[in-house]
Amino acid sequence: MTDTIQEIEKEIVDEFSFFPEWMEKYEHLIDLGKNLPIIEEEYKTKDHLIKGCQSQVWLHAELDGDKIKFTADSDAVITKGIIALMIRVLNNQEPKNIVDADLAFINEIGLKEHLSPTRSNGLVSMIKQMKLYAIALQAKLQDT
Amino acid sequence: MESATESKETTVDMDQIRSQFPILKRKILDQDLVYFDNAASSQKPIRVIKSLEKYYTEEHSNVHRGIHTLSQIATAKFEESREILRQFLNAKSTKEIVFTKGTTEGINLVAHGLSVAELGEGDEILISEMEHHSNIVPWQVAAERTGASLVVCKVLEDGSLDLGDFEKKLTEKTKIVSIVHVSNTLGTTNPVKKICQMAREKGALTLIDGAQSSPHLNINVCDIDCDFYVISGHKMYGPTGIGVLYGKSEVLEQLPPYQTGGEMIKDVSFEKTTYNDLPFKFEAGTPNIAGAIGIAEAVRFIESVGYDNIFQIEDHLLRKAQEVLRKIDGIKFYGTAANKASVVSFNIDGVHPTDLGTILDKLGIAVRTGHHCTQPLMDKFGIPGTVRASFAVYNTEEEIYKMDAAVKRAVKMLK
Repeated sequence: MTDTIQEIEKEIVDEFSFFPEWMEKYEHLIDLGKNLPIIEEEYKTKDHLIKGCQSQVWLHAELDGDKIKFTADSDAVITKGIIALMIRVLNNQEPKNIVDADLAFINEIGLKEHLSPTRSNGLVSMIKQMKLYAIALQAKLQDT
Repeated sequence: MESATESKETTVDMDQIRSQFPILKRKILDQDLVYFDNAASSQKPIRVIKSLEKYYTEEHSNVHRGIHTLSQIATAKFEESREILRQFLNAKSTKEIVFTKGTTEGINLVAHGLSVAELGEGDEILISEMEHHSNIVPWQVAAERTGASLVVCKVLEDGSLDLGDFEKKLTEKTKIVSIVHVSNTLGTTNPVKKICQMAREKGALTLIDGAQSSPHLNINVCDIDCDFYVISGHKMYGPTGIGVLYGKSEVLEQLPPYQTGGEMIKDVSFEKTTYNDLPFKFEAGTPNIAGAIGIAEAVRFIESVGYDNIFQIEDHLLRKAQEVLRKIDGIKFYGTAANKASVVSFNIDGVHPTDLGTILDKLGIAVRTGHHCTQPLMDKFGIPGTVRASFAVYNTEEEIYKMDAAVKRAVKMLK
């Protein structure tokens, strides 16, 4: 049984509370990026690029039963860490829960305030894209 | 400072300069701010800030047609600012000084005017690979509208303009040459006087984008002999939302208005409107009066320091930055032309510029990362962007050392 989105968010907030210094937070983020489920080369195309990031971010989503599996990659390591966090929260969840997720943990771990506006916009685009995938895959589920 | 020059005033009082910029006292995440994003926008000296406050507190009214005292004061200040900008650019007449929102609007104004009055099928617009998007897109649009084509002169590996290619691409078909004076991404200072002379010989008009040159170089539009020269206030210690388009009066006379409305008219009836004289023909609507006063005050600031001193300070910082950063493993500089302004653009092997910029910010150092609105230039170098540190008159050698230490610390984290 997978943890709920809220449970994983809480786990991440607890985890980041161990790092009061921004430098440690970023080091942790960079480490997390190393465990990102990497997107298949065949999906690393223009169609899978997220707009609104200064760095390049590729994101792919597919159904695994009634849950969604995300894979991604980026050419920037901090961005990779942020995607890894997002995927950790939203992976293996049902589309409906992904669409409804409010993702308050981003503010709670101080990510949003610490990231530059351009990056924050990138984060917004990233979340939007993940939710769009969820909406599309939800429709696909209902069709079958 | 070790850089000895023959100038009489070799010692500039840096504390005196820095004390004029209140923002430099603020902290970023409890650290002293190191502001190296001057090519995007420079900080403002207190005299510019106060000039805006004084204008709005004591002198504000609409300009030109008012009969009352305040309107006359505001008009006098506004027109005095125009005269200060005329002297600043060494133009012949205030008729040639059009206040705009900034460089972008200046280029749009000219590109629009030429696409109505001058350009047509078979004509060519010559720009270069190092242009800012604001000196590319208006010409693309003009080309689409008129059937003219956009011709792009190459940039050499060191970031200087390929003058051989320029000569080849400059033909009788070229109607306008629009080239940047100082590149925002590379710092390259282009030989604009020579470029304008070559263009003139082929009968082409010339526009020089001076957004990056005005904070660093003494500009003499008569000596350069360009038809148009555009600058932005906020890059040269002045307010945002104000800039100047210089145009030779005989060329501006031929150009149709850009925007229409109040201020720019002589007589209006429903049958026919006649336009106002220069420069008002190009200043539709209530102008940015405070901005004009602010940019004039910025000119006074620049003159109080003097371009010789500005050059001495900034050139020293540029050399120092290159000298210390060069020692970092895997660093590559973009823009190493001999003649360049105080801009250092670089990447470090295996480190994304955005990651580096993020960590530098956390260490109180403001640099710019990304494509710097020069995507075609980034594509040419095959990179997503660079980290760009750009220096102004208030920056110090100590700040360069701080950046160097911060870059090293960031690289350790990111690699």
